[in-house]
This record gives sequence, C-alpha cells and structure tokens, in this order.
Amino acid sequence: MKTFADQPLEEQIAQWREYLRRRRAVNGPDVEELEGHLRDQLAALTESGLAGDEAFLVAVKRMGSLDALSREFAREHSERLWKQLVMAPEGAEPANTSHVETLVVLGLAVAAALAIKVPALFGFRIGPNEELPLFYFRNASLFVFPLLAIYFVWKHGWSVAGSLWLALPFAAGAVFANVFTFPKNSDTEALSILHLPIALWLVVGFAYVRGRWFADGGRMNFVRFSGELAIYYVLIALGGGVLTGFTVMMFQAIDVKAEWFVAGWLLPCGAAGAVIIGSWLVEAKQSVIENMAPVLTRLFTPLFTILLLAFLATMAWTGNPINVKREVLIAFDLLLAVVVGLVLYAASARDPQAPPDFFDGLQLMLVLCALVADGVALFAIAARISEFGFTPNRVAALGENLILLVNLAWSAWLYARFLRHQGSFAVLERWQVAYLPVYSVWAGLVVAIFPPVFGYR
Amino acid sequence: MEVTKDLVAASATPLVLAVLAEGDSYGYAIIKRVAELSGGHLQWTDGMLYPVLHRLERLGYVAAKWSASESGRRRKYYRITREGRAQLAAQRQQWQAVDGTLRGIWMKACTV
Repeated sequence: MKTFADQPLEEQIAQWREYLRRRRAVNGPDVEELEGHLRDQLAALTESGLAGDEAFLVAVKRMGSLDALSREFAREHSERLWKQLVMAPEGAEPANTSHVETLVVLGLAVAAALAIKVPALFGFRIGPNEELPLFYFRNASLFVFPLLAIYFVWKHGWSVAGSLWLALPFAAGAVFANVFTFPKNSDTEALSILHLPIALWLVVGFAYVRGRWFADGGRMNFVRFSGELAIYYVLIALGGGVLTGFTVMMFQAIDVKAEWFVAGWLLPCGAAGAVIIGSWLVEAKQSVIENMAPVLTRLFTPLFTILLLAFLATMAWTGNPINVKREVLIAFDLLLAVVVGLVLYAASARDPQAPPDFFDGLQLMLVLCALVADGVALFAIAARISEFGFTPNRVAALGENLILLVNLAWSAWLYARFLRHQGSFAVLERWQVAYLPVYSVWAGLVVAIFPPVFGYR
Repeated sequence: MEVTKDLVAASATPLVLAVLAEGDSYGYAIIKRVAELSGGHLQWTDGMLYPVLHRLERLGYVAAKWSASESGRRRKYYRITREGRAQLAAQRQQWQAVDGTLRGIWMKACTV
C-alpha cells in the first residue's frame, strides 16, 4: 500500500473513495480497508508495466461494482442502514470538538436545571402540596432560552462581543414578565405567560443564525430546527414521564414518599434541561436522519384537507350556524396556526426549483379551505362582537387571527401563481420566512402593552 | 475454465480460513494467495472478500487488528482464532465428503 507520485491517479483514487463513502452500508474503516486494497492492487499493476490510468481501470474492475459491493456490505452490516443517532458523527470532524461539545451541552443543561431552582432560595417553593407559583409560568422561557442562545453563540462561533446585545431582549422580557402586579385570575397575566416564549423564541433564532437574520437561508434552517426540537422534546417528555412513574412507584414499594423529589426537582429540572439536550440532539443529527417535521406534514396535510372539506360540506348541507362560544375564536386561531405550520414545514422540505406537483395543489386546497372556514367563523363572531365587548383575551385572539389570515391569504395567492407557472416557489418560501418576526413582535406587544392597557384584569 | 459463482461463494469461507491458518494476513494478500493456489481458476471479485472477512470476524472465526504496513498506512490484519480452526476442520470434513462422493462416481464412470 503506497501513495503514488502520479497526481491524476491520486485524484482518481480520491474520487473513488468519495463514491464509496456515500454508501450507507460502508463505514469509515471499511473505506480505508478497501482503499488500501485498491492501492496494493495498483502498485502491483503499475510495477508490471501498466500506466497509471490503465492500472486504475483494471483495479476498479477487479474490485467489483460499488452497487454489488455495498449490497454485500448491507447484508453483513444491516444495522448500519439504521442511522445511529447520538454521539460522534463519523469521519470528517475531529473527535475532540464533539467531546468539548458534550461537556458544554451537559454544563448548560445542568445550568438550566439549577436556574429553575434558584427562585426557591427566595421563597418561590415548588412542592407536591403547594400550588406552583405563577412566577414560574411567567418566567418559564427566561430560565432556559438565554442558555440556549449561549449554546448557539458558542456552537456557531459567534463572537461574544457581537452577541452581547442579545441579552437586551431577554432583560426586557424579564422586566415585562415581573414588573406588573397582576390580581388573582388575571387574563392579561395568562396572556403574558403564553406570549413571552413566542416573543423570545425570535431572540433564540437570532442567536441561531449568528445575527445574520437575512443571510443564507438561516431563517429556514431555524424553522427546521424549531420543528425538530418540538418533536424531540415531546419524545424526551414521554421518556421522562415513564421515568417519573417508576420513581414514584418504586419508592412507594418501600414506603418512602418520593413526591417531593419528583415535583420539586425531577419535573422542573428535567423540563428545563431537556430543552438544551433536545437542541443538541437536533444539531447533532441534522445531517444524519431525515427530518421528521416534513414527514409529519406530508402525512397530515391530506388529512387536514379532508377534515376541512368535510366540515365545510357538512355546514353547507345542514345549514347549522357556528355556535359562538368563548372558545370558538381560539379554536379557529389554533386551526389557522396548524395550517400555517403545515405550509411552512412543507416549504422547508421542498426543493424550490422543482415544478409544481400534486402535493402543491393539495396545499393550496388546504389553505383555501382554512380561509373559508375561518371566514365563516369570523363572520359569526363579528355579528356578535358588539355584545362581547373588548376583553384582553378577545383582542389577542382577534389579532392573532388577523395575522394568520393575512399570511394564509397571501400564501394562497402565491401558491396559485406558482401552480399556474407564473411565479417560483422561492417567492412563497421567502414570504413565509419573512413573516416569522411578525408572530414574535405581536407576542411581544401582548406581553408589554396589554396588561397596562387593559388595567391588569 | 471458470468456477461458477455459487461454488465460489460456498468455498470462500474454508479458503479464507485455510489461508489464514498458514499465517496472519490481510485482504489483498489473501486474494493473491488464493489466485496463486487455484492456478487462476478461482476469480473473486476483490471487494467481495471484505464482507466475508467481516462475517467471519462477527462469528468469531477470525480476529482483526489495525497495524502499520511497510509503507506507513494502516492496514487491517486478520488472524484465525481457535473457533476458526475448529470451523476449518469441520468444513474440511464436509468438503472431503463431497469430494469423495464425486470422485467415487467419476471413477466408476471412467471404468465403465
């Protein structure tokens, strides 16, 4: 086995190695072993008088076709077809960075877990027998998101000086979450609890794209990241639930009460740390496993379309009006949010260059149905809006409905143009990512302005 | 004359084990040795040897170790294990049984 002075030959070997490396069933050491074989063969052939490129042809022919070869490897190493997730990615990256990363991630996760226990020192207790202070809900995102931002600043190599301004929105969030004195059962407090994470998630996004919000498709990558993180978080939460159940059950078996530990430590610390760990997993595996969010989108877009069509058809057939209750507006907000999510994640996985296909038509159908359904609901609500009066909940729900409606209406228009070959898909994708800050800015307004405007009720 | 694919596949295990029983070796050298012994009749597709070696490694018949070659690159060397030798002996008996049977028939055919 040797290195050849013949430069073109070395290039051919490098190219062959690349082809081989792309085969999933063949891993790094296998490639090295096979390359060693190829080089031995080449050495023998050139020694016997063949020119470099002739020798290469013969040696590659004797090695056999890569298809057949990787099929044989797959038969022997079927486990490799299931991409293994955690821990060091193979090949290119030097091993020590991933060790450092593991330490940083564990450090941040522990920091998040401890951060959530700090307020307990100042009398905000978490326990099985006490009601969880609303303080924790109001500040939930503030315990974790800054640490997540630190992780991205570190991971994506952003300078500390350049990223320091990110502390400002977090500080502002902390102020607005705590400066108001809410009475008991305050609606504006509940709104603040719901909206602060949405507002601050944008700041995490800025950390994710290193402050270059408009560059290199960074925003879409952040959308992809968010979807995957949500899925990972749910999976981790399921595992955490099982762990919790066993903790309680096993200590009960020896007559020791573990509830104080579960409620006071395991759940809050686990929920905080899991955000960091989940983010790390998403980052570690982004090139390894197919993204799940677009898969779910593909699965549920037809189903939601059918649901909406059935709903509209039934309403038209029976003539039943929408029974306007408190929750109707919120339910339709959620529906629009789901549809926007489906459009967004379909766009995230789509090749903008590809021509329109059946699925794009389905997406347009989904969006149109959602618009019609929401239009009917809004009409029903508007008919009675005077009687409702303006409460903070209603203004927030109406505002959100409007924001999502604008997004979907324009998306429908862009989809229609795209389907008639009058515009490219990239325009639709740009529209979706350009719209992202709107959600957060509105959420920020709800947190900062609603309580004083509505008198904290 | 070329030996058919099925027969090549069936004989791969005993051949590899037998070559390794002569001494530790690596992929390229094993193929060269087999070609030499068969007088060129047994043509393996070179790459196919490696999945066979990996299977034998998984079964515990051979053990592998990366060490430096004469040119300085690392190379994966294979060594036959005790289980490998036992397997080789078993395979040898089976092949001898097949060989003996065929010989018996063909000798009779010659004498008729």
